[in-house]
Amino acid sequence: MLDLHGYGPRLLEGAGVTIQLAVLSLALAVLLGLLTASAKMSRNWLLHRTATLYTTLIRGVPDLVLMMLLFFGGQIGLNMITDMLYDRFGVDWYIDLNAFVAGVITIGFIFGAYMGETFRGAFMAVDHGQIEAAKAYGMGSWLVFRRIRFPLMMRHALPGLSNNWMVLLKTTALVSVIGLSDMVRVAAEASRATHEPFTFLVPVAIIYLLIASVSEWLFARLQKRYNIGFGER
Amino acid sequence: MEPLNQWLAALLEGNVIFTPQTLGYYWTGLVTTAQLVFLSLLVGLVLAVPLAILRGSKHRWIKLPVYFYTYVFRGTPLLVQLYIIYYGVVFVDGIQQSMFWPILKEAFYPALIAFTLNTAAYTTEIFHGAIKATSRGEIEAARAYGMSQGLTMRRIILPSAFRRALPAYGNEVIFMLHASAIASVVTLMDITGAARFVYARYYAPFEAFIFAALIYLCLTFMILYFFRYLEKRLLAHLKPLNGT
Amino acid sequence: MKKLLTVSLLGLAMAAGNAQARDYDHVRFGVDVPYEPMEYRTPEGELTGFDIELGNALCEEIGVTCEWIEQEWDGIIPGLLSRKYDAIMSSMTINDERRATVLFSDPYITPPSAWFAPEEADIDEPSTENLDGLTIGVQRGTLQDNYVTDHYGDVADISRYSTADDMVLDMEAERLDIVFLDFPVGKSTLLDSEEREYKVVGEMITEPKEYFGDGFGIAFRPRDEALAERFNEALATLKENGTYDEIYQRYFEK
Repeated sequence: MLDLHGYGPRLLEGAGVTIQLAVLSLALAVLLGLLTASAKMSRNWLLHRTATLYTTLIRGVPDLVLMMLLFFGGQIGLNMITDMLYDRFGVDWYIDLNAFVAGVITIGFIFGAYMGETFRGAFMAVDHGQIEAAKAYGMGSWLVFRRIRFPLMMRHALPGLSNNWMVLLKTTALVSVIGLSDMVRVAAEASRATHEPFTFLVPVAIIYLLIASVSEWLFARLQKRYNIGFGER
Repeated sequence: MEPLNQWLAALLEGNVIFTPQTLGYYWTGLVTTAQLVFLSLLVGLVLAVPLAILRGSKHRWIKLPVYFYTYVFRGTPLLVQLYIIYYGVVFVDGIQQSMFWPILKEAFYPALIAFTLNTAAYTTEIFHGAIKATSRGEIEAARAYGMSQGLTMRRIILPSAFRRALPAYGNEVIFMLHASAIASVVTLMDITGAARFVYARYYAPFEAFIFAALIYLCLTFMILYFFRYLEKRLLAHLKPLNGT
Repeated sequence: MKKLLTVSLLGLAMAAGNAQARDYDHVRFGVDVPYEPMEYRTPEGELTGFDIELGNALCEEIGVTCEWIEQEWDGIIPGLLSRKYDAIMSSMTINDERRATVLFSDPYITPPSAWFAPEEADIDEPSTENLDGLTIGVQRGTLQDNYVTDHYGDVADISRYSTADDMVLDMEAERLDIVFLDFPVGKSTLLDSEEREYKVVGEMITEPKEYFGDGFGIAFRPRDEALAERFNEALATLKENGTYDEIYQRYFEK
């Protein structure tokens, strides 16, 4: 069968890195997305402007450039802080901005902007009558959010969310360029060492397709759940 | 006085980075990026129109292969596709002796092939969706006029599908511009490649990458406004007459 | 951002005053692997090479323990400054650009750079006319990159690679016509390669000094002058008592 020249375990490890990175970045992106959506809908002028600037800038610059800026530039910025601590207080402490953390932060930060747009559209699509009805029942605003606004919003947000997740998953491959050993980097390294690129890169492509197919199925089930009560669509 | 001097020196040192030489690199990078993106979009578009029609075919053996192609190219990272093509072609037996080698030898063409196949897959799906959304009434009317299937496709379905696909296609163009940043991974000196060079030579990540980011930002806005203009012209008939 | 950083840097410069250097009994080295024969892994995964052996011998002489931390070349100086490790011993050439940020030991070896091309290539001297239109491979951000960029950037195509490995692969694939490398590295990756026959084109290159510097040195944070001094003394001792020659022969004269 497939001879991986002993790279099998590392390739699997790399697949693990890819999945962890994708899931953690998604969590961060959803959080940032919700914050951005609320900021964009807020009446506060400054919040609104900041959120708009964030989504515009992020969506105007390639992921890879942002990643390099944060990874290479971020380390220098951190060094200045730790140097100060060392010089002034003798605290010998360093923060190594490792590629994994930089990857999660950058990807989360980038997709937070896209999620923000998705959530904003979804919140605005929620029928206002439902919220008023809930308030009329005497629900507090947190309860309204949890029981009414959020589930109703999710119904509208899921297609966009699913789409963003698929793009995010593929974006994780870029961390291989800044030195994180995800499955793409391991496969590229193995291809160079063994001179058999197809042996490693094709399985990696198949793993991506598998993850995408599984998540498509999961999102379809979620969509069904959030569609309960809205009949056939 | 001492800190002030240091500060001044640091400021002037900033100018060491943006010499005519490095600006020249950014300029070449801009040209490379523009060529790559424009050519791959153009060829991708030409490929996508027939593929989108085939994708909507009633025959399973026509429709499935096209679906498989778009599924694979949309489901895997462009970087993986680029690696497969860039490293892969080298190991095709006898390729170095073939007439294609002078072309494939340059990093530009493997990258162009990968980008083209990728954008063609996305564009196929965009057009397929737009064709599917054509209202039945338009098609029936054309048929009633005695138009053949081919003529209906050419005169009725495609023109209206193009217009409907315009906003999604605009996003694809921007997506492609941003995706092209990975060309630097296979030694191409695109905008990102220039930034990586400047960073490595001067240890100046902020200057190098923020400058590149600004160039991409300008390009993105240019594309955005171009498509907004196109939409305004081509979709004018869809606007409410007494627009509020 | 830059301005903000400059301003905070200014603040730091004033606040810092004279920083205290500390005493070391354990030294962590940053190293970019692989760069055969200077630093690489044996098939069993063991870290070895001229830098590694000499570094370990120096530590023993000084009476400190040492540890090797892998770091990609792109981030190797930032890693030192951020105290991820205490020194860099990774075939780093001493030159003025780097002297501005780090403190170097005395040079411990001075290998030349050299041009490598396939045996059958029709080039015997690296000159502007001969390199015209060729594709030259270099590792991004190295002094070879700087030299080639400034001298042949107008006539030749320059392909820049993140690692020496990538470059060797593209050389084998015939994507590159010629590469410019530290001689020992080109020798072990290209001349000793079993894939193809390669040759050295022209002379070994060590001049001009503004590019090729003064040989390889160990880099320290600027405030660790005492540590650098201890390494310099140890290096002198090893050269005197023959340990240095013994290690040198093991890696360069087989």
